Amino acid sequence: MSGGTGTDGPVERMRRRAVPLFVLPMAAVLALVAGWPLARTLWFSLTDATLATLDDHAVIGLENYYWLGLDPVWWRAVGNTLLFAGVSVTLETALGFALALVLNRRLPLRGVLRAVVLIPWAIPTVVSAQMWAWMLHDLYGVVNTILLALGLIAAPLAWTADPALALPAVIAVDVWKSTPFMTLLILAALQLVPGELYEAARVDGVPAHRVFLDITLPLVWPAVMVAVIFRTLDALRVFDLMYVLTGNSRETMSMSVYARQHLIEFQDVGYGSAASSALVLVVALVTALAITAGRLRLGDGEPER
Amino acid sequence: MRAVRLIGRAGLWLLVTLIVAYSAFPLLWATVSSLKTGSALFEPSLWPGHASLTNYRDIFTVQPFGRNILNSLAVATGVVTVSLGLSVTAAYALGRAAFRGRRLLLLTVLSVSMFPQVAVLSGLFEVIRWLGLYNSLTGLGLTYLIFTLPFTVWVLTAFMRSMPRELEESALVDGAGPWRIVFGIFLPLLGPALVSTGLLAFIAAWNEFLFALTFTLTADRRTVPPAIASMSGASAYELPWGHIMAASVVVTVPLIALVLAFQRRIVAGLTAGAVKG
Repeated sequence: MSGGTGTDGPVERMRRRAVPLFVLPMAAVLALVAGWPLARTLWFSLTDATLATLDDHAVIGLENYYWLGLDPVWWRAVGNTLLFAGVSVTLETALGFALALVLNRRLPLRGVLRAVVLIPWAIPTVVSAQMWAWMLHDLYGVVNTILLALGLIAAPLAWTADPALALPAVIAVDVWKSTPFMTLLILAALQLVPGELYEAARVDGVPAHRVFLDITLPLVWPAVMVAVIFRTLDALRVFDLMYVLTGNSRETMSMSVYARQHLIEFQDVGYGSAASSALVLVVALVTALAITAGRLRLGDGEPER
Repeated sequence: MRAVRLIGRAGLWLLVTLIVAYSAFPLLWATVSSLKTGSALFEPSLWPGHASLTNYRDIFTVQPFGRNILNSLAVATGVVTVSLGLSVTAAYALGRAAFRGRRLLLLTVLSVSMFPQVAVLSGLFEVIRWLGLYNSLTGLGLTYLIFTLPFTVWVLTAFMRSMPRELEESALVDGAGPWRIVFGIFLPLLGPALVSTGLLAFIAAWNEFLFALTFTLTADRRTVPPAIASMSGASAYELPWGHIMAASVVVTVPLIALVLAFQRRIVAGLTAGAVKG
């Protein structure tokens, strides 16, 4: 922190005077819509509250967590979510990198191309899930039609209903939808690499793959890591895709789908809150791991002087 | 040598064509399907034989889809306005003032924006019911602040930090206080940043599904995502795909126009949020 280090002029004093009034409204709203509800969720997880008896519940300690730990469906949801997050973010990063490298080249119509690549990102998740649900339809889906015509499959596949295919299908849709985000962020980082570096490497006759590994990758790595963390956290809370594509099916159920099913559909607020709290714990663990592994310093940056 | 370059060129163009097809085909297919009716919908032809706008007419007459769009517009516009209003001043303080707890506050804001929404569902349900706002657009907008506000604060803080100090110094000499500095001097300069940030927050609110599904109940209060998710027929095999595709196209085309028009601003907002932090 830079508080009170040397240069404490009139500007600094003016800025500091403004702090309480400037920050408090925002902090109060966040406390109302985030802090308080989260605290309540944690509290409910220790009670037997139901949707109908929110005000009138008994504390039952860790019982909800005990049942949660014994439910194979919950562990399935944990596994699904981790697998979904791991596979889709890996694929999105690899594909996003490839696309960014192509788009970073001098191409005619580069602006148009970049805009086209953004299309999937601009489509609401629910809408893209519906579009793909229709394309993956077992009887009338265009994906089956194309694969049959190419001779890649012998009979139509039930993409969203077949237990072995449902999660891969969900992952494929997520990759389609979220790769543009990765592409954009990686492209922005690529464009900050000074052109002289490439020029010098070309003059020295450095082979292309060494240029990529020794120049490009180290320079864009921090930006890629930030993007990976953001996407991972986003993937861990996934809800819309599974809910729309496969409903409450156990084969694809994510932790968020599981928690909401218990909270709202089964109206079991106590147990559902325990599942939600466990999800928060998983997200916190993954974040801590990622930040340590990526050696990132988020939220840093001194105030301007 | 020339042959190798020619092959390289051709390969690159093949790659570009593949990328375009991969990105754009689902939307194209949805558009084609939305123009088909009856049994034509179940034939895989790339061009509708008898293109018809019946599906489009139906979603606005049989279903309250016009109402759903207005609801989404109202909620998203409202929540973006409130978020920007609250975060301009907060971003000034967080980006430029040195005070105790600043770093902690910034980290809290960041972690709230990365929060699983389902984690606040039961608590928010209670708050909404307590305020008497269940099944209302105001209530829904209030819950949306949980993801729009941290985002606008975070990104605007990055932009605020990049403002020149000289402006504050001369304003101070002229006797201006912090309010005049933020709203009279910085705000006009932050126009482009506000557009980027506001647009991204708008898209997030427009796309939100979980809260909309949970905190609204009746069809006339639904926003677009739950309306599209819940379009159904008599059974799972009778989903009105023509309607669903027409509705998908209706809400997607304006959004894509917006993204294409403001492409640069959106990239600026995204990278300011993710890289500069």
